[in-house]
Amino acid sequence: MSLPTDRKYTASHEWIKAEGDVFAVGITDNAQDQLGDLVFVGDVNVGARLAAGETAGVVESVKAASDIYAPVAGEIVAFNEELEANPALVNESPYTAWIFKIKPDNAADLDGLLDAAGYQAASA
Amino acid sequence: MSAPLKRTALAEEHLAAGARMVDFGGWEMPLAYGSQLEEHHAVRQSAGMFDVSHMLNVDVSGAGSRDFLRRLIANDVDRLAASGKALYSCMLNPEGGVIDDLIVYFFTPERWRVVVNAATADKDVAWMRRVAASGGFDVAIAPRRDLAMIAVQGPEARERVWAVRPAWRAASEALAPFSAAQVADDTLVARTGYTGEDGFEIVLPAAQAPALWRELAAAGVRPCGLGARDTLRLEAGMNLYGQDMDELIQPGEAGLSWTVSLKDPQRRFIGRDALERHAVPAAFLGLKLLERGVMRAHMAVRTAQGDGEITSGTMSPTLGVSVGFARLPAGVRPGDAAQVEIRGKWVPAQVCKLPFVRHGKAVEHS
Repeated sequence: MSLPTDRKYTASHEWIKAEGDVFAVGITDNAQDQLGDLVFVGDVNVGARLAAGETAGVVESVKAASDIYAPVAGEIVAFNEELEANPALVNESPYTAWIFKIKPDNAADLDGLLDAAGYQAASA
Repeated sequence: MSAPLKRTALAEEHLAAGARMVDFGGWEMPLAYGSQLEEHHAVRQSAGMFDVSHMLNVDVSGAGSRDFLRRLIANDVDRLAASGKALYSCMLNPEGGVIDDLIVYFFTPERWRVVVNAATADKDVAWMRRVAASGGFDVAIAPRRDLAMIAVQGPEARERVWAVRPAWRAASEALAPFSAAQVADDTLVARTGYTGEDGFEIVLPAAQAPALWRELAAAGVRPCGLGARDTLRLEAGMNLYGQDMDELIQPGEAGLSWTVSLKDPQRRFIGRDALERHAVPAAFLGLKLLERGVMRAHMAVRTAQGDGEITSGTMSPTLGVSVGFARLPAGVRPGDAAQVEIRGKWVPAQVCKLPFVRHGKAVEHS
């Protein structure tokens, strides 16, 4: 699967995409492939204020749990509740199945993250 | 520095199929070939196969075999009267801790087979030889790394095996569960497994394993990795050595009292004194999580009787909820309430009997 170029990436395998004044965050195809079949997505605290790099939630495959991090500082404003019943959506369409949305303290923080080519190089 | 990983006779098949390989007890083994959940469901609904060649077959032969095995193993091999019958049990250390769990097959009073776990195989063989030497038993102990082992499991498993090996049908069709038939030289078909489904475990010369694997795959048997093997055995209520029990854990603390025979007071198997004098009281039961989340090994458990620990946990693909095994204070019973600590939160769970799934169906727990 080729990496969408309409968003940014982190070295910890999140993608982050601007949607108006909030950013949607999910995990990359590479990340879901490494994790395997997801069976739980959650522990996202809507309303929590996080620094960049802080744990924002968890994704669990049959085998293991893995934290997902806030790519930028801000406030968690939404959790994708569709994933409660169907965590496999992240496996099936990682780039549309967003996990949480964050309202950034500083929208320009996005510019400091990796672009598609940068992520590809970092995760190769 | 760690030694290079060992490979089974089927490693090339796994790599060619695009399996994700992992280190399991020093062996490079397939974790999954694609979707681990689909592999799990294939075994519950039709047929899947596992390369279990990393486990070690050990031949025990000689006039002293029976006496040796009655000393070595916590269950009593005198229960095995018919040729091909098998028994699941443990080897214990003098403190009653589990050195390994194993299956022992009886063929003749002078010819037996013991199958042990991969990660413990060297330790097990050394222990068997020590017990044989110190007791002066007239036995030969021969590890058989020349053999491979394929587990074919699921409601359609036996039919698929017969479809590709029609000659084996006559000898294996009438096999009762937990018994085996020799179908060719060094080729054993056993009606055993680690999934809670019907099926066979096939032991055969390593050189013949790749052809059988390919033919089974062509006959619709889905290759399955260690990931599915773990969720299947958990649903089936079967213990994993190193996780649910080890050398510091007695069988009774791991739900394995049924594999220990104290019936014959004359039979002083290793560990018996410890079990009789200082048996550690504990309950070993299932847990079902009542809310979303996934139980994992080592998570803390609270009950009205005191604290315990999850030894194995996962999301059950068949039930759609998290299930696990827990070592709990003696007195905890199926139906009791419990809480499991998941990332700092106490999540409600129900104590229940094992297994969770048997022959493709959820076991009802009131």
